[in-house]
Amino acid sequence: MMWTLRRWIQSAATLLSNAYVLFPFTRNIYQGKLKSVCVPGLNCYSCPAATGACPLGALQTIFANIRPSFKAGNFHIGLYVLGLLGITGSLVGRMPCAWVCPFGFLQELIHKIPSRKIEIPHWRIYIKYGFLALFVILLPLLVVDGLGYGTTWFCKYVCPAGTLEAGIPMLILQPQLREIAGWLYIYKLAILALFLVLMVFISRPFCRIVCPLGAIYSFFNKVSVFRMVHHPDKCVLCKECYKGCPMGVRFYEGANQPDCIRCLKCMQESCKFGAISYEIAGISVKEGKTASAKIS
Amino acid sequence: MMRNTRKSGFFLLLLFLIFLVIGINAGEVAAVWEKAVNICLACIGIG
Repeated sequence: MMWTLRRWIQSAATLLSNAYVLFPFTRNIYQGKLKSVCVPGLNCYSCPAATGACPLGALQTIFANIRPSFKAGNFHIGLYVLGLLGITGSLVGRMPCAWVCPFGFLQELIHKIPSRKIEIPHWRIYIKYGFLALFVILLPLLVVDGLGYGTTWFCKYVCPAGTLEAGIPMLILQPQLREIAGWLYIYKLAILALFLVLMVFISRPFCRIVCPLGAIYSFFNKVSVFRMVHHPDKCVLCKECYKGCPMGVRFYEGANQPDCIRCLKCMQESCKFGAISYEIAGISVKEGKTASAKIS
Repeated sequence: MMRNTRKSGFFLLLLFLIFLVIGINAGEVAAVWEKAVNICLACIGIG
């Protein structure tokens, strides 16, 4: 297997996000200071090897605890996590999905299993905004118990990354958890199994249909400091960029669409006419087919 | 138009830096840490 620059970065990011190697001995999750920093990709903080916090989990927790926080005079409204996400988004848009997200990396690897590949309709790009609005923001904020505490709806009822990285390993490490696992655990295993099967046939199905983190980053694609550039004068509308895109983006219809994860595959591999490049802070970086480094 | 979108990237960067600083000062780092160092039963599909 040809390990390219992006694969190396994805591997390094996955290892760094999950670098707590002592978990087989402690049989518990990492509890050090690094856990206060959110990683840029989707990586469950209850994974026994996780070294950082999941930004989606952290955001939901703050929203779910907003009433008790206000009562206690703390006024935690998620500005720290939103700040981290916003800084990343403002700089590179949705690039973390392609380069540092462990769950995105897993989806790409599983999609390499030889099979018939299926394209999904374009309208599905809007579904993830529904998951973001409903499961990450509204339900944690509005559905609360008698004491004013909500719950992390996306983690609890949707996230297959949590089941894979935390649910299965933690039940292996801590036998007492097996005794309290019930229908919810089985339901979440089914969600995970569904996505694992979809990953074989559909490229990045979770990113394209569900991921609220990708939805947040996508808001920044048009305005981020790093941006893709389309050169219509060189584009011959051959659609090779679309055919090779892991996210099904029709780059020839315009650069920096919400689903573009800046993997640079279109620029490095697909476009033979130099119609795709990128710019950083408005300074054009001439890259293309002739570039020496093969990125994807 | 193009210049405006370029500027807005830096404007947003500054805005979210301010968010980050306010969040840190409000003690949200500790709130995130407190959640992250305990096993999240909802995440693993138990509670």
